[in-house]
Amino acid sequence: MRLSDAFSAASDSGRAALVLYITGCYPDKESFPGILATAAEYADIIEIGIPFSDPLADGPVIQKASEHVLAAGITTDDILDALGALPTPLGKPMAAMGYWNTVFHYGMEAYATRCAEVGISGVILPDLPPEEADEWLEIADAKGIDTVFLVAPTSSDERLQLVAGKARGFVYCVSVTGVTGARTDLPPELGEFVERVRKFTDKPLAVGFGVSTPEHATSVGQMADGVVIGSALLRAIDPAATQEQRLASVRKYLEPIRKALKGD
Amino acid sequence: MSTLDIVRAALGRAEDTPDTSGHYGPYGGRYVPETLMAALDELSAAYDAARVDPKFQAELAEYLSEYVGRPTALTFAPRLSARVADQADVNAEQIRIYLKREDLCHTGAHKINNTIGQLILAKALGKTRIIAETGAGQHGVATATAAAFFGLECCIYMGAEDVKRQSLNVFRMKMLGAEVIPVSAGSKTLKDAMNEAIRDWVTNVRTTHYVIGSVAGPHPYPMMVRDFQRVIGVEAKKQFLKKEDGALPDYIVACVGGGSNAMGIFHPFLSEVAEGKVKLVGVEAAGYGLESGKHGAPLALGEPGVLHGSLSYVLQDQFGQIAEAHSISAGLDYPGVGPEHSFFKDEHIAVYGSVTDDEALVGFRDMAETEGILAALESSHAIAYLRKLVADKKEDLKSGEPMRILLCLSGRGDKDVQAIADHLGIELGDGLAPGVKGSGS
Ligand SMILES: Cc1ncc(COP(=O)(O)O)c(C=O)c1O
Repeated sequence: MRLSDAFSAASDSGRAALVLYITGCYPDKESFPGILATAAEYADIIEIGIPFSDPLADGPVIQKASEHVLAAGITTDDILDALGALPTPLGKPMAAMGYWNTVFHYGMEAYATRCAEVGISGVILPDLPPEEADEWLEIADAKGIDTVFLVAPTSSDERLQLVAGKARGFVYCVSVTGVTGARTDLPPELGEFVERVRKFTDKPLAVGFGVSTPEHATSVGQMADGVVIGSALLRAIDPAATQEQRLASVRKYLEPIRKALKGD
Repeated sequence: MSTLDIVRAALGRAEDTPDTSGHYGPYGGRYVPETLMAALDELSAAYDAARVDPKFQAELAEYLSEYVGRPTALTFAPRLSARVADQADVNAEQIRIYLKREDLCHTGAHKINNTIGQLILAKALGKTRIIAETGAGQHGVATATAAAFFGLECCIYMGAEDVKRQSLNVFRMKMLGAEVIPVSAGSKTLKDAMNEAIRDWVTNVRTTHYVIGSVAGPHPYPMMVRDFQRVIGVEAKKQFLKKEDGALPDYIVACVGGGSNAMGIFHPFLSEVAEGKVKLVGVEAAGYGLESGKHGAPLALGEPGVLHGSLSYVLQDQFGQIAEAHSISAGLDYPGVGPEHSFFKDEHIAVYGSVTDDEALVGFRDMAETEGILAALESSHAIAYLRKLVADKKEDLKSGEPMRILLCLSGRGDKDVQAIADHLGIELGDGLAPGVKGSGS
């Protein structure tokens, strides 16, 4: 399943796509598949975080989740293996989000191959700008894996043109000048920014970083084709809770978000 | 040569590395979140213009001479030379060691050559806030100093572990008006401080300039910091030729953390290196020993990878997770290294050795006892390497010509006295601490 299919399907039912981020194998290997399956009931696309020791685009919540799984000895292979062995397929496209060194050091060819094998349709690499991506793009394209690039409010028009032009699947619009993390308010100039990006591409646009409440989801859902939520969802998953409690808390968080996207 | 001529020569380098996108062979580049790309473009453009702008050159030359105290001395070290000769069992007259005295710079290390340059640029870019990462605190102090000098707001990120280890420098930065933010993520050391500084920059990039303290980070930092540090080598070359009647150093030795003092002293000698007249030797921290796994020697034992915005040798595990470094000297306690050093290593433009914590302490004592200079623990790694170098190259001495060595004494060791006392298990404070008597071998 391609990432773009998820956007078309959501758009056909008159709403923006919901993209949900969960750190791979968080909070532990055993609980992860259940949490993923629950989130997938609400999501149109699932983003799996591949943890990195030095996640410099991430705020405290994702940093902590990454540290938590790394401290438990979870590796990139553990996460990819877990995705390959899900008891039931998610029925939603998956994208792997991770820092470039985890891909580079794994070996580009090996990583792309393994991603394709376990059913990953796209990768998001926040510290790989298109300028450095030629070799990777060739390899990923050949395996049918979409490389999603990010644009930011600080991107010049020239850069928007370049980045949007190279993006596969969708364009990830970073809502704030900042790192990931739930925020109380979205920046007032977000709508303008999304419009500016639109001028350079007709690929789907998804907005992420900071989106956390149903109100955010509604307003972002009106300006963009997709809404990405990460930190706020991770906060609903307490490593110290029971799995039953976690699943209930994930549902409790996602229910109103999903409703908010319906525009009612 | 006036300071202005030296600054012109330093900034007006002829070499064509890196390429326009910041690559040194396969290394370098820009691996950062998109949010920063515009700021890096802006900085590159500003630096490219400043480098050849007579007004910028004059301003930098003025501050380097009147405030930093440049040119720094090139000191002949006869008693150190004799000791090193003795250790390697060669004739004392055959070894001639010169020290490039960056320890005499204002604030006590070469770091300020770079911070002054970057702050002039930041001001020109209209930035009102300065941030930096620091390990030992030397770069933090140099940044806080320059920020005070230029009247800019300053915020320094420092690993919580280093805040504990380097309390004196934390206090110095605070006295200089900087805010010091302890970073408790990850290993709580330099690499984590750098992550947090980058996150701050991603958030406040419109008003804030990030002063990276070494030849690391995304393009243009490795190039720009190198150019600001090239003043070390330009001065040293001129001074050396004069003192040695036109003879060049056979070897140039410097410690390598991120690699800025080394790159600064190496780079102006590249054409002589190409002609085979001069050899460059970088010295990494071997910590508890390379085989212990606890060291700061990515050029010796790392693999290519991306850390803090550029591709270079990095200490990492099989899945590309960055490993923790270790060194007695906080300035060398870093799992990465500047990309141009990786290029130099692969292309055999320089060779890189390493020195353990214990060996560095012997180097520290050698310098203190023979020349009356307390060297920084970072620089002490370069000093300690001298005996290995001379022992290794004994064959060269058969020609009868002395072996001439230029050593970059990157900083003074006052900041390290506490750490050294701790390492030796000596309690300071009662004024009666037992003497740290040198062994000399
Ligand atoms: C005196 C001194 N020398 C060397 C270094 C290492 O940095 P670099 O390798 O960039 O010169 C430091 C860093 O703090 C330092 O304080």
